[in-house]
Amino acid sequence: MSEISPAEWTAILLSLRVAIIATLVATPFGIALAWLLARRDFWGKPLLDALVHLPLVLPPVVTGYLLLLTFGRRGLVGGFLADHLGIVFSFRWTGAALACGVMSFPLLVRPMRLSIEAIDRRLEQAAETLGAAPWKVFFTVTLPLALPGVLAGMVLGFAKAIGEFGATITFVSNIPGETQTISSAIYSLIQTPDGDAAAGRLVIVSIVLALGALIAAEWFARRATARLHGN
Amino acid sequence: MLRVDIEKQLGEFSLSATFTSEGRVIGLFGASGAGKTSLVNMIAGLLRPDRGSIVIDGETVDDTAAGLHVPAWRRRIGYVFQDARLFPHLDVAQNLDYGRRMNGLAPDPAQHKRVIDLLDIGALQGRRPGKLSGGERQRVALGRALLSKPRLLLLDEPLGALDEGRKLEILPYLVRLRDEANVPMVYVSHDAAELRQLATQIVMLKQGRVTSFGGVKVLA
Repeated sequence: MSEISPAEWTAILLSLRVAIIATLVATPFGIALAWLLARRDFWGKPLLDALVHLPLVLPPVVTGYLLLLTFGRRGLVGGFLADHLGIVFSFRWTGAALACGVMSFPLLVRPMRLSIEAIDRRLEQAAETLGAAPWKVFFTVTLPLALPGVLAGMVLGFAKAIGEFGATITFVSNIPGETQTISSAIYSLIQTPDGDAAAGRLVIVSIVLALGALIAAEWFARRATARLHGN
Repeated sequence: MLRVDIEKQLGEFSLSATFTSEGRVIGLFGASGAGKTSLVNMIAGLLRPDRGSIVIDGETVDDTAAGLHVPAWRRRIGYVFQDARLFPHLDVAQNLDYGRRMNGLAPDPAQHKRVIDLLDIGALQGRRPGKLSGGERQRVALGRALLSKPRLLLLDEPLGALDEGRKLEILPYLVRLRDEANVPMVYVSHDAAELRQLATQIVMLKQGRVTSFGGVKVLA
């Protein structure tokens, strides 16, 4: 196998950019939702829980199509954002980031939620008796103790975002340099007569990224356990 | 001064307690399940009474008739739990400093030194809670509560999780604390011997009711 070509680099770097932005934007929402699901009881909680997990079980093409209907130029939200804030998703890399963010959200939230659930709530009570207002308790006790889980969720979400294909190609198509991620580049290459070598190289890149992320997530999970035991 | 007049229904269990105390150390005595921890949690503000009022040091912190409930973090109380509850992600020095930071108090090196000497915890400062013995953990928890400058210190069976040897190790510190720290305390225990050494007044609790109240001799 020869070296990675400039066109392949473009796809790899675009994938990285899309996945990093998707993960960073999704993280605050993920933490808020993880906390809500771990700590609060409210009407409609099972529904919200199901909604978060929906992209995991829905055919990706359906999610992509729904995104197109909602965030496309003529979509309800997409039209508003384009007219008033100048934010356009359709056929842009930002749209790819949105699709990846939505698709990876369930994987991102889950470790965060589990790590918040694992925190001894009596520690939060102790913080309260020491004079910490609820938001201070969150930032000085809950979040630091949940940090390894938060990072693990980010890593998993990132790995999922890097590999996303169905929803992305449905929503923003497959435009080299704009929306062509590693996955869509592989898809195009294996349909081209002599694209096998290039596809093979991108396949290896995907495997390396995915494996690296899984190992990192595992490492963070082990750190979380050590942290909760105060060692 | 502490004035308590509350009622609380907890499932099948009903708690009803009324007492006023000027004592330096109020011993809350009773068997397990008598409602001691629930009562202390209400004084701390972690649990809301169904009916009644609680007054700490002249400030009404609970008054159900007026719809008043001051949250725990604004009560300026110190609470030492049976299971220390040190923050595992912070070292001992950071645990000790936590209350001061949360209350936005200026550093007070003199008090800091006094408390650390009183409890002999100077050598532990850089350690993580996971690396402390049960007795050391409890001393750090005491220091952490004191350094938040509480107007009332609540101790819920602080020796309960320790074996006999460790208890004897901590008890002298508690006596010193009572005599030197100058903070009124509510001391919860099911051990009459412990209370005889520490308390100046006793509230005896049995199945959710105050059965006697007075000097240490009511323990006899």
